Amino acid sequence: MEMETRLLKKEALAGLIEKINAAGRKIYAPVRVGDRDEFRPVDSASRIDLGCIQTTQSAKEVLFPRVERILSFSRRDGAMETADPDLSILPEVVLFGLHPCDAAAIGSLRAIFTWDTQDAFFTARLERLAVIGLSCAEADEYCFCTSVGLGPGATDGSDILLTRLASGDFLAEILTEKGRELAALSPGLFLSPPAGADKSSALAVVEASFTREQVRDRAKAGFDEDALWDGQALRCLGCGACAYVCPTCACFDIQDEGTTNRGVRLRCWDSCGFAAFTLHTSGHNPREEQGPRWRQRIMHKFSYMPERQNVFGCVGCGRCSRACPVDMNIKEHLIALLEARS
Amino acid sequence: MEELRKRAGNLLESGQVRVVIGYGEGTGKRVRAVFIQDAGQADCLIFDERCRQNLALYLTRHEVKKLGKPAIVASLPALRAILQLAGECQIAENDIVVLGIGEDGSMLDLPDFAAIEKHVASTVREPDPAEKAQFDLVLAMSLEERWKYWQEQLSRCFKCYACRQACPMCYCSRCTVECNQPQWIPVPSHDLGNLEWHVMRAMHLAGRCVDCGDCSRACPLDIPLYLLNRFLIMDIESRFNQRAGTTAALDYALSTFHPDDKDDFIR
Repeated sequence: MEMETRLLKKEALAGLIEKINAAGRKIYAPVRVGDRDEFRPVDSASRIDLGCIQTTQSAKEVLFPRVERILSFSRRDGAMETADPDLSILPEVVLFGLHPCDAAAIGSLRAIFTWDTQDAFFTARLERLAVIGLSCAEADEYCFCTSVGLGPGATDGSDILLTRLASGDFLAEILTEKGRELAALSPGLFLSPPAGADKSSALAVVEASFTREQVRDRAKAGFDEDALWDGQALRCLGCGACAYVCPTCACFDIQDEGTTNRGVRLRCWDSCGFAAFTLHTSGHNPREEQGPRWRQRIMHKFSYMPERQNVFGCVGCGRCSRACPVDMNIKEHLIALLEARS
Repeated sequence: MEELRKRAGNLLESGQVRVVIGYGEGTGKRVRAVFIQDAGQADCLIFDERCRQNLALYLTRHEVKKLGKPAIVASLPALRAILQLAGECQIAENDIVVLGIGEDGSMLDLPDFAAIEKHVASTVREPDPAEKAQFDLVLAMSLEERWKYWQEQLSRCFKCYACRQACPMCYCSRCTVECNQPQWIPVPSHDLGNLEWHVMRAMHLAGRCVDCGDCSRACPLDIPLYLLNRFLIMDIESRFNQRAGTTAALDYALSTFHPDDKDDFIR
């Protein structure tokens, strides 16, 4: 589809949200919660924090909930019966105000969940999802999208990308068929753009420190450099904060709950940073210490995913670094990796 | 700071310790734990009001233990944790060197656990006013209000276990949540799973928590977990007249008993 550029006046935002809501779609957008921003369902534009640099948690829960029922089972007359959840009742969702890093992260998640098996739960949610992205006017010291092939105005993953101009109005790039459908809900709001309208001057400046290809090649060559990984991971607590706020981390655990006669099977988030993540039933743990677990986190994102799924597993959102209680700063550690002699 | 660096450097140079666990500059305005193994790097040690992480947590981590005998930079919360860890037989007096920091930021001379006990007994640190206000607020709630408050707070938890991992007293090699035959605590971060996890965490720390508050500071979702611990500290103190982190001798309410206990269920 050919990209169309339109102008959305600032006062038209409320109308756009209303129209989307009226069409029965659930909107998630960044909302101020205490001292943080989080994606929350919104029914009016006034609740949306347009100035948010980054939410604490990513929006991945919309596609990959932290706990999701994937099966129910019950025993009747001695025979076990199973039932799949009814995915047809899932709502149509619009993610509004997703920054370009997070929009691109959807592509990484899709690559994982459709790699070999088409994951029914993920794809059902993805089919019902449309993304109205918002270019970044501001970045902070943790942002590094430009080092991983993206940028504050990158369009990957957005169906419509809004860029807030100096006037407060939005330049709307309508990028996909889903985007066109959304815009068609309120055609009167998407106006012809002024001549020469250009988003580039409205974007945050994020200096690139490296390229993701450099990290990929260096990481691959450095697999056995235990001292490097151990040294970086010495202060790491081994919690899952980085993985759980990450927009692309997709590891999960399967848990059955209930009795032998009736219960549910749940898919729950998991993290490679946990000591028990690779613990075998024999008691052997191939990743006994935090260094190899930290290496796994970096290798998965920068080596294994590009190798297997042809996407990178890091979009430079910086959430892991912001959330880490002990300042495990991924950008700093990637720079150190590149600077360390192989 | 100069004295800290000098003492740390001397300890490493003389071979008295193999590693100094302290604070260094992090990224931005943050500080972070550093593990100095070379006397020449002792100059990157710092101590200021940003240095709040309870470094005693690293004393029991096997990645750190294998580096050899440590010296540890410790202000009041870490000193309490050291005593409690000693009381629980996790560290011995000769296994560590303590670089104690007083409430005014000056270096303390703490050659043995008795000296730490004396310092801890004579030092008062007022609770953070905002935390105290929150504690009083929740304490004043009715049971129903409190239940609602905790349901709301704990519903946010996604079980990253940063609270557990940041805690110097959570040194179990296998946490109860990781025991799955049977599965005592539900793994999923649904309401029941979160409630059971946090109640279990708080109860396992009852009489052992040294009130450093690192569980709350580590929480990426700002759940005020310190409140649960503080309620239990208050209970243990009023019922058993005990406070964790005051003595290096094994003596805490939920792990010891006295033959003359007024209740007979334990006999």
